[in-house]
Amino acid sequence: MNNIENLQAYWWLLIAVLGAALVFLLFVQGGQTLLYGKSSLAQRQMMVNSLGRKWELTFTTLVVFGGAFFASFPLFYSTSFGGAYWLWMLILLSFVVQAFSYEFRRKNGNLYGTRFYDGLLMFNGIVGCTLLGVAVGTFFFGADFTVQRSSLLDPASPVISRWAPTHGLEAIACWKNLLLGFAVFFLARTLGAMYFINNIADTALSERMRRQVLANGLVFAVLFVAFVVVLMLQGGVRFIGGQAVEEPNIYLHNLLGMWWAAAIFLAGVLAVLYGIFRTAFCRGWRCGIWWAGIGTAAVVLVLFLIAGYAGTAYLPSVTDPSSSLSIANSSSSLFTLRTMSYVSVLIPFVLAYIVYVWAKMNAKPITETEMAEEPHQY
Amino acid sequence: MNDLLGVVDWSRAQFAMTAMYHWLFVPLTIGLSLIVAIMESIYVRTGDTRWRNITKFWMTLFGINFACGVATGIILEFEFGTNWSNYSWFVGDIFGAPLAIEGIVAFFMEATFVAVMFFGWNKVSRRFHLASTWLTAIGVSLSALWILVANAWMQNPVGMTFDPAQMRNVMTDFWAVAFNPVSMNKFFHAVTSGWALAGAFVLAVSCWLLARGRNADAARKSIRIGGWVGTAGLLLTCWTGHGSAVQVARVQPMKLAAMEGLYTGGNGVPLVAFGILNSPEAIAAGADPMKFSIDIPYGLSLMIDGSTTSYVPGIEDLLAGRERSGGEQPAMAPPYSQRMEMGVLARQALTRYSQAREAGDSTAMAEAEADISTYFPNFGYGYLESPDDAVPPVGLTFYSFHVMVLGAGLLVVLFATLLFAAIRKPALLGYRWMHWLGFLSLVVVYLVSQAGWIVAEVGRQPWVIQNLMPTGAAISDISSASVQTTFWIFAVVFTGLLVAEISIMTRYISKASRSDIETAKHV
Repeated sequence: MNNIENLQAYWWLLIAVLGAALVFLLFVQGGQTLLYGKSSLAQRQMMVNSLGRKWELTFTTLVVFGGAFFASFPLFYSTSFGGAYWLWMLILLSFVVQAFSYEFRRKNGNLYGTRFYDGLLMFNGIVGCTLLGVAVGTFFFGADFTVQRSSLLDPASPVISRWAPTHGLEAIACWKNLLLGFAVFFLARTLGAMYFINNIADTALSERMRRQVLANGLVFAVLFVAFVVVLMLQGGVRFIGGQAVEEPNIYLHNLLGMWWAAAIFLAGVLAVLYGIFRTAFCRGWRCGIWWAGIGTAAVVLVLFLIAGYAGTAYLPSVTDPSSSLSIANSSSSLFTLRTMSYVSVLIPFVLAYIVYVWAKMNAKPITETEMAEEPHQY
Repeated sequence: MNDLLGVVDWSRAQFAMTAMYHWLFVPLTIGLSLIVAIMESIYVRTGDTRWRNITKFWMTLFGINFACGVATGIILEFEFGTNWSNYSWFVGDIFGAPLAIEGIVAFFMEATFVAVMFFGWNKVSRRFHLASTWLTAIGVSLSALWILVANAWMQNPVGMTFDPAQMRNVMTDFWAVAFNPVSMNKFFHAVTSGWALAGAFVLAVSCWLLARGRNADAARKSIRIGGWVGTAGLLLTCWTGHGSAVQVARVQPMKLAAMEGLYTGGNGVPLVAFGILNSPEAIAAGADPMKFSIDIPYGLSLMIDGSTTSYVPGIEDLLAGRERSGGEQPAMAPPYSQRMEMGVLARQALTRYSQAREAGDSTAMAEAEADISTYFPNFGYGYLESPDDAVPPVGLTFYSFHVMVLGAGLLVVLFATLLFAAIRKPALLGYRWMHWLGFLSLVVVYLVSQAGWIVAEVGRQPWVIQNLMPTGAAISDISSASVQTTFWIFAVVFTGLLVAEISIMTRYISKASRSDIETAKHV
């Protein structure tokens, strides 16, 4: 607890865990993009209510992900959020409109009609997933920014972090970031379809969702393989003795250097593929969400770890490598990291009650009968 | 420079707009969660299904409002990064911690148990459901605690030191940050004001039900619970408000002077009960700051120091370096013009420190560090162009403060009348004028609630961190056009959201008023 390097590594691990949980929970957003299609009104009601009982968890995880970044790596908060302004604002806008769409969509007097709110849910599903993928893409493929702390001493121009004038739009236009963004989007759709199969008792809907799992899962697999190939070929910045050194194939080196991470990564990929194919081809099997979900979390966890561990810059600057952010140069002080680590002892308790309540609430799948009797509906 | 000013103003406007929208929904969530939990407790204790149905009625209204609070809240947290990136670095080491704790301790609790609260009636036991309702209410208040700890730290930065090597402030005492006296007052003031607001909401809706002629029993039951919670909340808000004013006098005397429109202080200063300010030009030309006022003699001295003769400084006194001592004589401090010089000296010492550090000159570093320690308490003044820049907008602060205080006084009368009628003279609740009192209390309580936040946030300008960083130095490197665009996007989205929320709530209440709440299912 008195070694700042260990605490930085610990907090990066917690960020990675939150990131992993967030990507798994994006099944809510993915599910929102599946509401329309061949669903009947009754099926759509079950789908919306199935997701609606979980949307807050995804939303909260995103907020805590941001809060944890702020507390542990404030220079990232300052640089990425202030710099990639449009990227983050679009992500936030998509989550803002999601929050009230569930509650309002079927209420009398909602002014704009159910389809309007369903459109907002679709917007959140597409934009939220894709742009979160793009934002994480900047962790690997870098961004156009500089950090100059002494700017604080210039009253006429005091900002320390400066980004390209396009303020995040260039990150959205970067094909490598988009590759990850679309992979996340199709993964979320795959997980969403698996969640419907798990949580809704409707044979026809399940059959349709199994086809969605196969179609979206295959697209995801292709995009993910392409992303991994690009990532392994990607160069980056490593801080050695405080100096920024550019290194080709840095993520490949990190993966090979952390054999345990490579093993988790491989296990995660296999779990996702197992979840996809067994769900697609085994009628009656409803556990795909757990296999693919845990696999997703494992893969995302490792991606974060190879982005930030071993002195790697987790936000490389393509303009000025020495401005790149690493967990060492962007973290909070020893005192704050240690204090926050004591607070993190609460996380297992939080996880325990989330799991307990999830188990209680999902003990029985949603049925049409339940929808007919439930007075509080989305 | 022009664009810098534009970015500052538009960033301020965007943050103020999102905060005010957020604060429309949050106090109702805080108070209504408590009221719903009390109602459900009565149901579980008595087994009377009429109480269960009344609980469900208010729970639905809570749910509509809760979603809006969540939607407007996410923006606020991330705006510290998107619009105030310099701030995020300068104090992120301290400010980020409460936000992270809020997420871990409070947000997950709310998010998990609110789903049980709405959908768990037939899925979990009665007691587990009740526990979930209480845990949601506790989560909501815990959330308020940590965000107010963060906010209070900006107004009274404690438990930290400046690290010149990193050019930022770092935390040195977590408990000083968490139990900052300003934060404790702010927390109780904000939470109890939420109880008052929710109490007024319940009173107003119940009066609507009474006016429609059905559900008299449900309305009276609700008035009793809402009235007690609201009255208790209001009295506690007044008490903690006094505590807040004392803290403001101690740590933000300029804000107190602006709240009272006090330009020239003295001994035994009166409290302005009601007043109209002269124009800033007239005041600058030497006119009396007050066109008209009704004063309470010695009131301000008495309120702040418990003495009729104590010295309370005005704006001009503070600019000249005469501060409150708690006694009859002013405590002398550097005038603001000198503070500005000290701020510049702090900046110059920091420059010297950076140069010495790069050159590896430890002697020069030590000398510069000593100067930084001496001058850093006035670091933020170095960014100001004139001492007058340290004065907040007096008119807005003054009128907001007086709207808040006078409105709170009116609310005490309204609550007491309605509660008295509900408990002792139920027949009075049949009169139309009584219903109008209920509606009036809702309008007044929202006005008071918003005015309170204006006092807190406008009154502390120009500081984003008291004395250390003015708002202008806290910004991000973005164009004012970008911030204007997002300002209007969120203005449209939030306004559309608010209009839809009001429409849904009125439609729901109207529909409920045509049925029997105690027996109906609430859709």
